[in-house]
Parts: sequence; structure tokens; C-alpha cells
Amino acid sequence: MRDVAVIGAGCTPFGEKWNSSFRNLFVEAGILALEDAGVAGEQIGGLYVGNMSAGRFIEQEHIGALIADYAGLASHHIPATRVEAACASGGLSFRQAVIAVASGMEEIVVAAGVEKMTDVASGASVDALAGAADREWEGFVGATFPGLYAMIATDYMNRYPLTREQLAQVAVKNHFNGARNPIAQFRQEITIDTVIRSSLVADPLRLFDCSPITDGAAAVVLAPLDRAREFTDTPVRVLASAQASDTITLHDRRDISTLDATVAAGRRAFAAARLSTADIDLVEVHDCFTIAEICAIEDLGFCRKGEAGRLTEEGATALNGDIPVNTSGGLKACGHPVGATGIKQVFEVVQQLRGEAGKRQIEGAAIGMTHNVGGTGATVAVHILGV
Amino acid sequence: MALSVARFWRKIPQRYNLIGTTCTRCGRYFFQPRSFCPDCRRAGNIVDHKFSGKGTVVTHTVIRTASEQFEQMTPYVLAIVQLDEGPRITAQLVCAPDEVCIGMRVRPVFRKISSDGDSGVIHYGTKYAPAD
Repeated sequence: MRDVAVIGAGCTPFGEKWNSSFRNLFVEAGILALEDAGVAGEQIGGLYVGNMSAGRFIEQEHIGALIADYAGLASHHIPATRVEAACASGGLSFRQAVIAVASGMEEIVVAAGVEKMTDVASGASVDALAGAADREWEGFVGATFPGLYAMIATDYMNRYPLTREQLAQVAVKNHFNGARNPIAQFRQEITIDTVIRSSLVADPLRLFDCSPITDGAAAVVLAPLDRAREFTDTPVRVLASAQASDTITLHDRRDISTLDATVAAGRRAFAAARLSTADIDLVEVHDCFTIAEICAIEDLGFCRKGEAGRLTEEGATALNGDIPVNTSGGLKACGHPVGATGIKQVFEVVQQLRGEAGKRQIEGAAIGMTHNVGGTGATVAVHILGV
Repeated sequence: MALSVARFWRKIPQRYNLIGTTCTRCGRYFFQPRSFCPDCRRAGNIVDHKFSGKGTVVTHTVIRTASEQFEQMTPYVLAIVQLDEGPRITAQLVCAPDEVCIGMRVRPVFRKISSDGDSGVIHYGTKYAPAD
């Protein structure tokens, strides 16, 4: 297996992009990534694109070829592959690209993610997202995505010390970071009051506990590490790529409040990179809901079960804390175009490791981690990147 | 999302009458039914089992923003229920939002779950009510 590096990264601003189509979004992100890498279109040997549900959101399937076509690559006939694992589609797309380069099968590869969610009404998008859980035994009885994570929160708060204010602090911290990220959907700081006075979505989760509906796309360019400096002075090395799965339904899990797939993928990633949590300078975790960030911090091993609320309250996960979490603003403030999120996490870590994160910059960041979850934890992708 | 008649019809024994399965080799119960035992794998022997339906609330929420099909029913209580035979299921509870609590005993009740618009198929199934 060859070592792999990220040689370029790009991301559209996230938000409700009424003027942009699915195709516009992808092309915008792709051009940004290729310009950043200094790679010409004809050098691309393969394309992987994470996308959850273009079929439901824009009634379009066959996304791989569509994107290659609108990226102007139809005449090159490159292999173009869509990767789907609900909200983890981007993370898996990145992993497939890493595998392609590491194996020697492909040389210069683009890993992308894109989702256009605002072309359907809100009720339709809630229903499309419910397809990330078990349609027959969760969605059928009226379980929504916020509802499933709310049941994690109810279980967690019954068993571990976590206050309403500590949970709200996750959103407050992520909005603080998002306010310093030019691509973030929400660039306003909020207070704990903002969260606990917002409307209930699924008890105990309120509107400001939830990531939004978002349009956006992100892309990165990968190359073998030994060729990376042909393209860039600042290659970012892929130190580990791990993936795990678990039961599709939340109710069949060993433990409602532990994402065992996160535990497994995290352990595999640390083992592959021969690193531990103490080596990680920042981590982008999958905070689709505030409770999800609490679980992720613990399940990746940054603290023991039941401690993440206190750590968050004490500021350990803030930009100037011991382990900055979601410097991009996370899914909560940066936005969550589901298929693009896993690639945006890589984009954020790449910016941080190159020292290009502006007001969010973690001083001297050398090793970063990404954690991307599909559904309520049936798929998890974890990557470790370093310079 | 509209289900085809056949897709709903083949689930009727499970949704109306709580017919799941059990592995006679290891004694593990499955609801939703599985046709392949994860523990015994090919050595397993799966047969039908009718669940009593009695169970205990493991965790719960109140859905206030629902998908299109359930929008008119909000707020409604959703819970994970552990059946007495062991398996867990996700189901709506027929009780007030402030009535539900972890550890509450529940029993199954036959109810309308949703319908495909004004003229489409009506989907029935099992909800749960406080046991006493």
C-alpha cells in the first residue's frame, strides 16, 4: 500500500443556495479543489462523490457520471463513482479515494461530496433523511431523525450527568466557531438562552440542538505521497482511514448512548496511525445534534463516558481548549449538506494543518481527525490527517 | 412516502399480530423477524414466534416536528420498548407527553399508523399503551 496525501481542497459556502443547482454546487467545489491542487482536469484519474439522496431531493440518480460530465471530463471517460452511506457518504467517498490511490489502481483522484436539499419542502426533506434509519421499523411508525437522537439524549441524561445547559454549550461553542468560518451557514454567535428558549423539535432536543438543512459541496484531490510535492508545497498526509458498521436501527444497539461503530472506527484509526487521543490537535466530529457531539467525544476516547458535558462546559473543546472540537462550526453552525459533510470535515482539517484557518486557527496544529456518522451510528468513517 | 400494497401486505402478520421469529438452537428472539440468526448463523433454526407484546419503556421522546405523513398527529410520544422476550422495538405510545417515563410498563394496542393521502392505503399496526 502506498502512502496518500491530500494535495488540494475546496468547499462552497454552505447555506440555502436558491440560485445554485446541484450541478452548479459540485462544479464550484471541484474547481476550487483543482485550482488549490494545481491539477488540470485531464490529470484526474478517478472521481468519487458522496451523495445521500439526490433521488429524493432532486429526483436525479446516476450522480457519478453526471458530475464527471458537468466537470467537463466526459471526453476523458474517467471512472466516476457515487458512494452512499446516508450522512457518512462524504467520509466513505474520501475513504474510497484513499483506497484507490493507496492500492496503486489510480493516481490522481478527486473525492467529493454534494447535497442539494432545499429544492423540496421541509416535510419532504425530513422524510428523505428518515431513510438513513430503518424505513420499515423506525420511519414507518413516525420516528424522525431528531426523534431518534432525542431518544439517545433521554437515555444518556438518565444515566450520566449532563445538564440542559451543558448540552446547549455544544451549540454555543459551534456557533462561536462558525462565526469565524467564511463558508459557514450560520455566522452568528448565540447564547445558552438562545438554545434553551428555541422551540422543541423532539424532547429534549430543541431547534438549536439540531443541524440545519443545507445546500453545499466540497472536494479534495488525492495523490500518492511521493508525488505530492509535484503539485503542492503543503501536502497533508492521510495517516489513517477507518470505517465501521453497526445495526441499522437504534433500538437494536448494544447500548443506546454509545455508538459502537464510532468506538470501533476510532480504535482502528488510532491503531493504524500508531497514535492516541493525546496526539490529536483538533477533531471534526459529527454533531448532527448536540447530543451526538457529546457521544462522539466520549466514543472516540477523548474522555470517559459521562464526562463530555463537563468538558464542554469547562471549555476543553473550544478553540483555545485542550482538544478543540468542530473548529469549522461543525454540522450545527457550518451546516450539514449530508453528502458533503464528510469532505468538508477533511477540508477544515486541511486548512488547519496548513495554518490557513484564519480566526479559527489552532496554533501549531499538526495532526487532525475527522469523524463522520451515517444514520444513528450504523456507519462511521474516521480519518487521521497530519503534516 | 407511499408504500405499495404488496410491500405493506407482506408485513401484516408482524405489524398486526406481532409475529416475529426465534432461533430454536440458541433461544434468541427476533422482532423484527430475522430469517438468519446472527449468533448461530447457518447452524441456526429459525421458526415463527408470536410475541405477547408486553414490555418496558427504555427511552422516549415527544415528536413535535414530523415528516409529511405524521404532521397532523404532532405532538406524539415515540419510545423504544423492550419486549419481555428481549428484543427492542421503536413504537408510538398512546399516552400524553407528560405521562411517559423510563421503566413504564406497556401493552400493545392495534391502531392506525398512517395513510397515503386522502384516498390511499391506510396503514395499521401496533402502538403501545400504559399497561395498567
